[in-house]
Amino acid sequence: MVKEIERYGLPVVHMCTIVPISLTIGANRILPTVAIPYPLGDPHLGEEKSKNLRRHLVERGLDALQTEVSGQTVFEE
Amino acid sequence: MSKIKVVHYLNQFFAQIGGEEMADIEPEIREGLIGPGLALQQALGADYEIVATVICGDNYFGSNLEEAQSRILELIKPYSPQLFIAGPAFNAGRYGVACGTIAAAVEKEFGIPALTGMYVENPGVEMFKKDLYIIETANSAAGMRKAMPKIANLAQKLIKGDEILPPAVDGYHERGIRVNYFHDQRGSARAVDMLLQKVKGEEYQTEYPMPYFDRVPPATPIADMSKAKVAIVSSGGIVPVGNPDRIESSSATKFGKYDVTGMDRMSKDDFISIHGGYDTAYILEDPNLAIPLDVLREMEKEGRIGELANYFYSTTGTGTSVGNAEVFGTEIGKQLLADGVTAVILTST
Repeated sequence: MVKEIERYGLPVVHMCTIVPISLTIGANRILPTVAIPYPLGDPHLGEEKSKNLRRHLVERGLDALQTEVSGQTVFEE
Repeated sequence: MSKIKVVHYLNQFFAQIGGEEMADIEPEIREGLIGPGLALQQALGADYEIVATVICGDNYFGSNLEEAQSRILELIKPYSPQLFIAGPAFNAGRYGVACGTIAAAVEKEFGIPALTGMYVENPGVEMFKKDLYIIETANSAAGMRKAMPKIANLAQKLIKGDEILPPAVDGYHERGIRVNYFHDQRGSARAVDMLLQKVKGEEYQTEYPMPYFDRVPPATPIADMSKAKVAIVSSGGIVPVGNPDRIESSSATKFGKYDVTGMDRMSKDDFISIHGGYDTAYILEDPNLAIPLDVLREMEKEGRIGELANYFYSTTGTGTSVGNAEVFGTEIGKQLLADGVTAVILTST
């Protein structure tokens, strides 16, 4: 889905947990997330810390959308 | 011993009736063989006899699927065929679909072997490879001479009940059917052998060809995020309570578009996950873990992003075919573009 949306010229950041799959399929902007059952946050940290983590990840996602890339790029912390 | 009775199916062109201008002709049957039937008869040999050739115009068949099939089956019945051959259709799409459709119908109705032949790109291959043996042919009738012996060979095997060998050997399109068998060498040994060949730069034969994924040029980055319209798309299977669109838990055949107007966050009272590929306990409790609406709304208020779209697109990622995902992506992208979205966050579990 990422690639087909990007084909229209829309920048997409794939915020996903299983990065190798995203790399294989061919997403250009990839941001690794926390875990399969909770990609954007961590319930074990409690509500507030989980939300902060989510905020931090989405911030980095937006940064990725603002970053020029020449090919597939995994945005590690 | 009496000969095996064969009925052959041809379109208006191969039946030597006419070209496009005759594509509307209705089903008819004639005694004996016509046109390429000669090559088929020669390839099958003296134990077989083409007793009749049934003909139908490609347009008539395509526009009257039900009627064409039932009429053709009626025409064939009095001949009591023991074998049915359609085409081959090479790369002709309408003809390929007609051949596949009628061969499958004959096989079902009369319980006799039915086969056809097509070029790999003929849409009939994708449609019927699971139901029928489709011999691999060239993309034009210039390949008739090579195609008929392959068709005849497989037909004879089916009649005799001989073992049908793998696609590459018996010359038919891969059917997507997996057959288990015992190899005399263990998998681990075969894997090491293959690895050694690879390392030495020798030629090796993969046991399982990997699909090819193309690449898309990276889209231009957002220059000013405070002016961007951001939308969320997800493969996490998040849907409204009750799953109104009945999105599947695996191998999704559809996606949904769900309204979040006026919502500051995702609430478990409004949304659930129906994804069958991960433990949904956490996301059921807090769907923001997959659809980060809470933080994006804050960012919208703060002006970090220009605007957040008031909906998200959703489907289930697990088991969903690449083909379907491409279709979803193409349609979703089209809608996002039409809505003035300029940046997308796609979340996956």
